[in-house]
Amino acid sequence: MLARIQDLGAATLTAIGRIGRSSLFLGRLLAGLPLLVKRPGLVIQQLYVIGVLSLVIISVSGVFVGMVLALQGYYTLVDFGAEQSVGTLVALSLTRELGPVVTALLFGGRAGSALTAEIGLMKATDQLSSMEMMAVDPERRVVAPRLLAGFIAMPLLAAIFILLGVGGGYVVATSMLGIDGGAYWSQMQANVSFSDDIANGVIKSLTFGFVATWIAVFEGYDCKPTSEGVSRATTRTVVHTSLAVLGLDFLLTALMFD
Amino acid sequence: MQTSQRAIEIAVGLFVAAGAAALFALALYVSNLTAFAGGERYTVIGHFQNIGGLREGAPIDMAGVQIGRVEAIELDKQTFEARVELSISADYDNLPSDTSAKILTSGLLGEQYIGMEPGGSPTTLQDGDELMLTQSALILEELIGQFLYDKASGGDE
Repeated sequence: MLARIQDLGAATLTAIGRIGRSSLFLGRLLAGLPLLVKRPGLVIQQLYVIGVLSLVIISVSGVFVGMVLALQGYYTLVDFGAEQSVGTLVALSLTRELGPVVTALLFGGRAGSALTAEIGLMKATDQLSSMEMMAVDPERRVVAPRLLAGFIAMPLLAAIFILLGVGGGYVVATSMLGIDGGAYWSQMQANVSFSDDIANGVIKSLTFGFVATWIAVFEGYDCKPTSEGVSRATTRTVVHTSLAVLGLDFLLTALMFD
Repeated sequence: MQTSQRAIEIAVGLFVAAGAAALFALALYVSNLTAFAGGERYTVIGHFQNIGGLREGAPIDMAGVQIGRVEAIELDKQTFEARVELSISADYDNLPSDTSAKILTSGLLGEQYIGMEPGGSPTTLQDGDELMLTQSALILEELIGQFLYDKASGGDE
C-alpha cells in the first residue's frame, strides 16, 4: 500500500520536474533567439527540413480533407435545401478548426518526431557534449533554430492546407455535386470574416506551432541517451503534441469565438 | 541526403512565398475583407422597429447591387427602436433623400440584409442624415400568429 503511494508521489514529482525543466529550457531558448539574427542560415536549414519537407503531406491532406468536407456537407445540407452553402461550410470548418488542428497533428507526426529523434540521437552519440567541450552552446546552436523554424513554418503550412482544402472542396462541389461555382465563392465570402475566422485560425496555428516544436525539442533534449530513450521520447512527442494541440484547441476556441 | 545550400535556400524561399501567398489569398478570396474595405464612404441612420436577425457587417443592396455595409446597431433609449448606421460607398452619393430601407432575407434560411429603394426627391442623402421610411424585418412567429388569428376570426363567418 505504502509502495503504491510512493509510486504515485514519485510519478508526480517526475512530472513536475519535467514541467519545470521544460519551462527553464524554453526560457533559455527564447533568450538565445536574438543571436540567430547573425546566423540566419541555421534557421533556413531548419525551415527546409521542417517546412519544405512537410509540404507534400500537408498539401495532399488539405486537398482530401476539403473534398471530403464538401461531400459530407452536401449530403447533410441537401436535406434542408441549403446545398448552396457548402462553400461556407468548407471554408468555416477549415479556417476555424480543421486547418490549424489537422496541420498541427500532421506537423507533430512528420516534423516533431523527426526533431526529437535527431536531437535525441545527437545527445545519445555525445555530439551535444562535444559541442559544449568546444565552447559552443548546443541549445543556441542546435535547438533554438529549430524552435524558431517550427514557429515560422506552422502558420504557413496551415494557410496552404486551408487554401488547398477550399480548392479541393470547390472541385468536388462544382464537378461532382453540380453546385454553381459563383455561389460557392460568394456564399463563402459573405460568411467568412477576416478578423473573426481567418485571424483566429492564424492565432491558433501560431500557438500550435510553438507548442508542438517546444514539445519536440524538449523531448529530444531531455531524453535518456540510449536507443530506447530516444524511441520513447519520439513516441512521447507525438502523443503529447496531439494531446496538447487538441486541449489547447478547445481552450482557444472557447476564448476567441463567442 | 546532400542538397546544396543554394537549392535549400531556393526551396525555403518558395515555401515562405507560397505560405504568404496562401494567407493573402485566404484574406482576399475566402473572407469578406476586400468588399468595401477601402474607399470613401458616408453614413446614414435608419430607425427600425425590429431588425430581426440583422447583424453588423450585413450587406446593403440597391437593385441587387451591393452599395455598403451595416456599420453599427444599437437600441435607441428614448424610442426603444433599433438605430442602425448604414455605411454607404461614396460612389453612390446621389441617393434621393426619401430613399427607403427594408430588412430582407436572402433565400428562405439565408442571412438578413438591407434593401434600399430610391425615392423621387430632388435632394440627396448627406452624411449623418436619417432615413424617413424604413420597414422592419419579417418575423416568422408574428406572421404565423397573424395567420392563425385571421383563420380563427374568418372561421366565424
